[in-house]
Amino acid sequence: MDVFAFITDPLAYGFMQRGLVASVVVGILCAVMGTFVVLKGLAFIGDAVSHATFPGLVIAYLLGAPLYLGGAVAAVLTSLAIGVVSRRGRLRFDTSVGVLFAGTFALGVLLFSTIDGYVADLLGYLLGNVLGISAGDLLQVTALAAIVLAVVLAIRKELLFATFDPMGAAAMGLPVAFLEYLLLVLLGVTIVVSIQAVGIIMVVAMLVTPAATAQLLVIRFGRMMTLGVLLATVASVAGLYLSYYLNLASGASIVLVETVFFLVALAFGPRTSLRAWLRPQASMPSR
Amino acid sequence: MTDTVSASAIAPTAAPAVIEPGPTVVMRDVSAGYGGRAALTGVSLEVKPGSLLAVIGPNGAGKSTLLKVIAGLLRPSAGHVSVMGGEAGVHARRIAYLPQAEAVDWDFPVTVGEVVMMGRYGRLGILRGPGKQDRERVLEALALVGMEGAVNRQVGALSGGQRRRVFLARAIAGEPDLYLLDEPVTGVDATTQEDLMDVLEAEARAGKTVIATTHDLICAAQRFHQAAFLNGRLVAEGPANLVLDRGLLSETYGGHVLVLPGDDGGRLVLDDAHHHDDAPAGERHYHDDRH
Repeated sequence: MDVFAFITDPLAYGFMQRGLVASVVVGILCAVMGTFVVLKGLAFIGDAVSHATFPGLVIAYLLGAPLYLGGAVAAVLTSLAIGVVSRRGRLRFDTSVGVLFAGTFALGVLLFSTIDGYVADLLGYLLGNVLGISAGDLLQVTALAAIVLAVVLAIRKELLFATFDPMGAAAMGLPVAFLEYLLLVLLGVTIVVSIQAVGIIMVVAMLVTPAATAQLLVIRFGRMMTLGVLLATVASVAGLYLSYYLNLASGASIVLVETVFFLVALAFGPRTSLRAWLRPQASMPSR
Repeated sequence: MTDTVSASAIAPTAAPAVIEPGPTVVMRDVSAGYGGRAALTGVSLEVKPGSLLAVIGPNGAGKSTLLKVIAGLLRPSAGHVSVMGGEAGVHARRIAYLPQAEAVDWDFPVTVGEVVMMGRYGRLGILRGPGKQDRERVLEALALVGMEGAVNRQVGALSGGQRRRVFLARAIAGEPDLYLLDEPVTGVDATTQEDLMDVLEAEARAGKTVIATTHDLICAAQRFHQAAFLNGRLVAEGPANLVLDRGLLSETYGGHVLVLPGDDGGRLVLDDAHHHDDAPAGERHYHDDRH
């Protein structure tokens, strides 16, 4: 089989075309938001919010409402609740998030167990099924991703300042608290958009891995974001082709390609390379 | 100076050398703290334009709290604060705040040039990217602190002293009227300390107001014009050399012995004639008789 056919053959199928577009869109969106997730240490929050969408999805299903809507409401509410807890809570932050995380997911499982019979739609959200995405859903995913990306692009320098030095930014008059809540809401939307592709359980990997890989390789915020987007795009395409030819789960394939990128960057990156590790005296940074 | 423009008529983008008609900072009986615990109690203080004020006191004395209150980052639990004629936080774009080094994430992927450019964000406003003039200001500010060669380095790769230089450059790049600096010379080498103080002195001479916390009492005595001595409350304020009196220091620092070189011992003895009659016990205000 020649290379050209290798690439074009899968594209003869509509589900592959839609799946490819969806996973690239989701990959780009997650890489951009993931830059903030990695730099602000929000990985655990991302995981909590994605699990909290489950009861929202189940409730929407039970009410006959659009699943997306249920997931979105749950994700945004959880994001905001976490924001409030982080600003006013008396418990350790990760403890509060952990309680919220487990409680909401348990509520989802409990409600799910009340449904008679097998609900493929809801299970699809747990592990993701990007190849099953409908044209209408794809349009929704793309539109929401475009909105989130436009907002982030418009206020990127304010987000950068508030993330790097919240005190200095607040003293200069930037609405740091508002930016923090906005970022959490955007994160909630990102997660809802992404769970269709990779599922509730693996969405955190899409958020964290490309940005973390980029952070190992570059020292500028803008380049970290760009490189993250590039890595996520390549991983989405490669993962989907792997899944097609080897008959593997699509979401897991994408995540594993991203993980391989991360391990390669870790092993050969300028600051973490194995060579530097083996020569600790010669290449120790000054600080 | 009766025809000076009123504070409210000065746009945030006014020329940097504009001198306020009134004091830059007025605090009246201000108390503040975190979660019910008071860090500052009953502080009254006036800071005039062109001041170079050192805020000194032991750990936990409320030095950083004082700066946060003036910056509008922390709302006082009692009392009134006025900054450049408005409530604290109203003129945020004319203030440069330098956080303590520990408040910043040094692993952040950001270059020296990008950090200093953040000082311009208040002037740029939302949606607008930096232009040629902003980039020029950034380079000028870096040149002032002797870091022009480091524009493209990651800020976390710098030494502690270099990081302080870069953050001071960020403050300068914003062309503020009021500098609020939390420990600007802590953990830096002697050369850096002298360089940074030279820059701050020049800014004060140009009519800017500089308020800086410091642990370095020798630096406070030698390089600052005024000093405010905190220990939960305002213990003393006035000309730096008078406030840094040995007796007062031991009172504030609980008997620890501190030696200030080069001072005339006789002049430093507390003089009741300088003591306001209405000042509460233990609070001393000195007349600034140097001008």
